[in-house]
Amino acid sequence: MRVAVIGSGIVGAACALALVEGGAEVVVIDRVGVAGETSSRCEGNLLVSDKAPGAEADLAVASNAMWRVLAARLDAERPSCQPLTEFEAKGGIVVAFDGGEPALERFAEAQRATGIRAEAMDVAALTEAEPFLSREVVHAVHYPDDAQIQPSTATQALLDTAVRAGARLVIGEVTGALGRAGRPGRLSGVMTTAGPIEADVVVNCAGPWAGEVAARLGARLDIRPRRGVILVTTPMPQRVFHKVYDSDYVGAVGSGDAALQTSTVVESTPGGTVLIGSSRERVGFDDRPGVAPAAAIAAKAVRLFPFLEETLLLRSYFGFRPYAPDHLPVIGADPEIVGLVHATGHEGAGIGLAPATAELVVHAVLGAPTALDPTPFLPGRASLQETA
Amino acid sequence: MIRITVGDEAIEGRDGQTIAGVLIGAGRTAWRTAQTGDRGVFCGIGVCHDCLVTVNDVEGVRACQREAVDGDRVEREVRA
Amino acid sequence: MTAATGTVGTTGTTGATRVAILGGGPAGLAAAQAALAAGAAVTLLDEGGRLGGQYWRHHEGLTDRRLQHGWARFERLRGVLDRAEVHTGASVWSAEASDGVVRLRAVVGAADAAGRVALDIEADAVVVATGAHDLALPVPGWTLPGVTTAGAAQALAKRDGVTVGRRTVVSGAGPFLLPVAQSLSVAGSEVVGVHEASRLGGLAAGWLPRPWQLVGKAGELVEYVGALARHRIPYRIGSGVVRVLGTDRVEGVVIAALDADWRPIPGTEREVACDSVALGHGFTPRLEVAIALGAVIEGDRRGRFVVVDESQRTSVDGVFAAGEVTGIGGADAALAEGAVAGFMAAGGALDDGRMRGPLAVRRRMRAFAARLERAHGIQPGWTSWLSDDTVVCRCENVTRRTIAVRADAPLRAMKLATRAGLGACQGRTCGRAVEAIVADAGGAPEGFDRRPVLAPVRLGEVAAVATGGPEQ
Repeated sequence: MRVAVIGSGIVGAACALALVEGGAEVVVIDRVGVAGETSSRCEGNLLVSDKAPGAEADLAVASNAMWRVLAARLDAERPSCQPLTEFEAKGGIVVAFDGGEPALERFAEAQRATGIRAEAMDVAALTEAEPFLSREVVHAVHYPDDAQIQPSTATQALLDTAVRAGARLVIGEVTGALGRAGRPGRLSGVMTTAGPIEADVVVNCAGPWAGEVAARLGARLDIRPRRGVILVTTPMPQRVFHKVYDSDYVGAVGSGDAALQTSTVVESTPGGTVLIGSSRERVGFDDRPGVAPAAAIAAKAVRLFPFLEETLLLRSYFGFRPYAPDHLPVIGADPEIVGLVHATGHEGAGIGLAPATAELVVHAVLGAPTALDPTPFLPGRASLQETA
Repeated sequence: MIRITVGDEAIEGRDGQTIAGVLIGAGRTAWRTAQTGDRGVFCGIGVCHDCLVTVNDVEGVRACQREAVDGDRVEREVRA
Repeated sequence: MTAATGTVGTTGTTGATRVAILGGGPAGLAAAQAALAAGAAVTLLDEGGRLGGQYWRHHEGLTDRRLQHGWARFERLRGVLDRAEVHTGASVWSAEASDGVVRLRAVVGAADAAGRVALDIEADAVVVATGAHDLALPVPGWTLPGVTTAGAAQALAKRDGVTVGRRTVVSGAGPFLLPVAQSLSVAGSEVVGVHEASRLGGLAAGWLPRPWQLVGKAGELVEYVGALARHRIPYRIGSGVVRVLGTDRVEGVVIAALDADWRPIPGTEREVACDSVALGHGFTPRLEVAIALGAVIEGDRRGRFVVVDESQRTSVDGVFAAGEVTGIGGADAALAEGAVAGFMAAGGALDDGRMRGPLAVRRRMRAFAARLERAHGIQPGWTSWLSDDTVVCRCENVTRRTIAVRADAPLRAMKLATRAGLGACQGRTCGRAVEAIVADAGGAPEGFDRRPVLAPVRLGEVAAVATGGPEQ
């Protein structure tokens, strides 16, 4: 089985590794190279805390367990030239300011019913866990399963490992389909700026550009970009010990509102910097975020950790997250074109959901068994067809 | 003359000197602990951030850019 | 929130064009003078505590008069600024241009203090005159205390009246090494030698065909050469420091003869005892403000600069650039370009009689700049004096080997995997060197110049825009 994977972000790299280890002959095609876009422009969240009960939460819980095994393996088997994944099972703490307590507790209670570990913390426990946190915080929930990874190096580690197992990386841009065009159709590969690549199956892992790639292959797929800005401080002695979020994060993830939204996520990195996210804006691929998102994020972060007021901002960056109109990942066979599989639409959760996504892709491409339920994520689902 | 403290030690400088100028004038060439050893001034014009010190409890001050003020408390920064 | 807020750029209640000028060096000062002459309401910002830039860096009580070149010109330029709004100690950390309006955000106060005063500037046009900083190429041992850039040696000598050591070796390329040697001597260090990497062939090719281009520069150069002779400083071409020796601080250097590609010639190495080293292989323009404003940048890893037309206008409406950001040409070029940029930003016309002088000087000095690059431009063989474990990124201590191994990744992924360029200076110091190493290893770097946070700023100062800023 020859498989062409389009995109070498975290989802493409995870799919490439799983497919090559499943016995496929894999070519990965990317415009710029490994982790050149979204996967180098995000935070590396492996979260269960922000997921409301439902299909995505189930996928996140399964994927979270897979990451623990996968990251350990990538780091253990790596040659010296392959970077570390920097996986850290540090846990997350979601906090509420005055008035936010009932909503947070309701959300946590619903999560507990589905098996997500969500432990209420008293003030003493919170102070011990995060001594620099604002004293204005009135309630906190600890999520021991939340973890962090360096998304760019994890992507590079996945692709390096896939390449050592026989996958091939081609730098080029997909320009069209090989095979019978139109709908219904059948792909026999892709045309690229680096030449034609024949394949029995094409897997579209082009993230926020997956809609454009689908169109070039004659398919219909409604995937849109959402811009997110992140701030990085200068290195300092460690003062933040978990992933710490304001509970308004919970509200923003599922929202379709176009306007600037921010919710605070503060954490330390192994490099000594503090990472502060994140904003969410639906502004297409606009690459000039201006100062407003950074200011809004900074204001909320300073409220959460007052010491940050005097901390130097080192840099800011932004990336585009792929989302589908119904805010669920899109994973599985295209409903109209044989030989085309999509794996995109993960929004801000692609890093966390990559291993489980790869398992669903291997299931779709090679027919491998899976304990995961693919149905909610199929590209042919009713909630996507309405808008396509 | 101005007098500033660096850690536990008081040193004197000339009016108007930068903190780096005072430190170098007092015979010091390095005052920050980096991962590969001590650092002092490198670019001298605020670009390289090698000369960072904590001044009056505020971290990350470029010694080559900050004019020393009588009574400033300067402390060493250590990068783990 | 301790940050206060001020608003400027509204001096032009009469309807005068509001011109903001970023940088108070020769280009910025000339721009201010010309913009004022053309009737604009001028706001000038500089991050330093005093005007003058690197060229006229000074302190009233500490600077030796012998180190002030063209001082009368500076005093004339500074003299007209009483009609402008001037902010020194102003760090511009954000710049945006859209729909013909330029929006700048700065904090003003003691360098890197917390809670500086916020300054929010709106202007009709901006002149980017942010200048350049030294480009010191990595050398094994260059992280030892006692090694500085040539610019640091110059700044410490001029501004603070001090030298890092008592016996200094100066090494690099270009005429700037001469005033550095002079400054070191005047401020109290013996200069063991000045080592110019370019060889006679390169120098001759650069200078000899058009010797009259030295006119205007010549007076100053003669002065420096005279200073070298007075202080008995040896000047050696085709040679350079290829290794710095010492354990806790500089104890000496290894000097080698360099071939035309700047490759050390085997067998020519010799050790020289010294306690300090000043390195300056060229200059890197400070492009981040121009990039943030959307201006097109062109060039390759030998040099990237802001693209300007005859009016010093960039690709963005209302955004002008002058001085070293448009090409390394020295103070005279910067003065001429600044005058054109300021005049045009204020709505002047290029055929105005007052532009005749600056346009002529600009023409002459651009040719000078091309000669400078031909004679002293960095040659690719320099990377051969690095060893695998030489630290290239000083902030994050990333070695040559680590960078070369990830050279095939996209620049962003390479940086995140190696941490090269991710530290406190954001690649300002190592960017060009990292690009050269990546290119040597077969990669294709795309540049280190984009930096959305334009200057050090504290989170509380950024947050003030959202919580108490004038926009709200």
